[in-house]
Amino acid sequence: MIATKRTRFHVWLSTFTLTALLGFLGFSTRATPCANTTPEDHEKSILAFRAVASVMTSPRCLNCHVPGDAPLQGDDNHPHPMNVKRGSDGKGSLSLRCSACHQAENSKFLHGPPGAADWQVPPANTPMAWKGLTMGDLCRTLKDPAKNGNRSVQDLIPHMETSLVRWAWNPGPGRTLPPLSHDEFVSRLKEWIDTGAACPE
Amino acid sequence: MDTTRFTINGKPVELQIDPSTPLLWAIRENLGLTGAKFGCGMALCGACTVHVEGNAVRSCVTPVKAITNKRVTTIEGLAPDRSHPVQRAWLQLQVPQCGYCQCGQIMSAAALLAAIPHPSDADIDDAMAGNICRCGTYARIRKAIHLAAEMAGGQK
Repeated sequence: MIATKRTRFHVWLSTFTLTALLGFLGFSTRATPCANTTPEDHEKSILAFRAVASVMTSPRCLNCHVPGDAPLQGDDNHPHPMNVKRGSDGKGSLSLRCSACHQAENSKFLHGPPGAADWQVPPANTPMAWKGLTMGDLCRTLKDPAKNGNRSVQDLIPHMETSLVRWAWNPGPGRTLPPLSHDEFVSRLKEWIDTGAACPE
Repeated sequence: MDTTRFTINGKPVELQIDPSTPLLWAIRENLGLTGAKFGCGMALCGACTVHVEGNAVRSCVTPVKAITNKRVTTIEGLAPDRSHPVQRAWLQLQVPQCGYCQCGQIMSAAALLAAIPHPSDADIDDAMAGNICRCGTYARIRKAIHLAAEMAGGQK
């Protein structure tokens, strides 16, 4: 009986110590970057993030990742005409859904509606807005599960492979491409994660 | 040519048609329903609006492959006896001027009332801003939507 109590105490003590240690090192179940990276990794990570951010802040991504109630469009980030609204689910207002005009593929005509499967903006409860953020705030927003759709940093990788994100590299006539290729973008994203997902100040 | 099956105004149809053909072409040319109009061909004006599964959709940019096995409603099927509250309100207030955009306006208004039975002016703006009227009948359209909402609620 005494031995059992002692064993239980040791198990509890080990669990408590491990939890405290992980907490001290900055681990959590959702935020996975390793805090004890080398200075070289830290530098690499920030450089990789700056490359990732160059894509995230390009018009093809930024126009939908906006605060407020309506998407933008065009390379000059002008408001979407027709009074289009985000809607609670990010798929438009109840009476004018995104799918009223945006199909699963682009219109082939200049100024025609672009399209991809599941066309939408982020939902109202997680707008994932990064228009106007500093580089550091953009990075911290991207890492924060409360602001990024409850994703770990590793979960960001499959998001970047969805047809909607890939649309940015096939945007239809008259729209500029992001500054990196999709392969390079994903590669720099993985590099950022692997080197600790560090954020600029 | 592929076979595309869908329901139009409650009737199942089967068309031998290029799957990339705009729904508007199929409706007008293949099915002979000419209520929905061609305006811009790029989802910018709303004259071609029909319902797909109850939602307002611009048929000029919707390929028929996207509506396979779905329910499509055109102005001809909204209420063939013109008893739909939106139709009655439109007649009572004599909304149209030239009329070219009005089938699209009515279909968007009907979809709005199905989603929001008593819309505010802001709700009307959100739903109808994509339907352009070169005659400028917007004030009558707004009034008619409010009237249709009252009619549907049994108040008139």
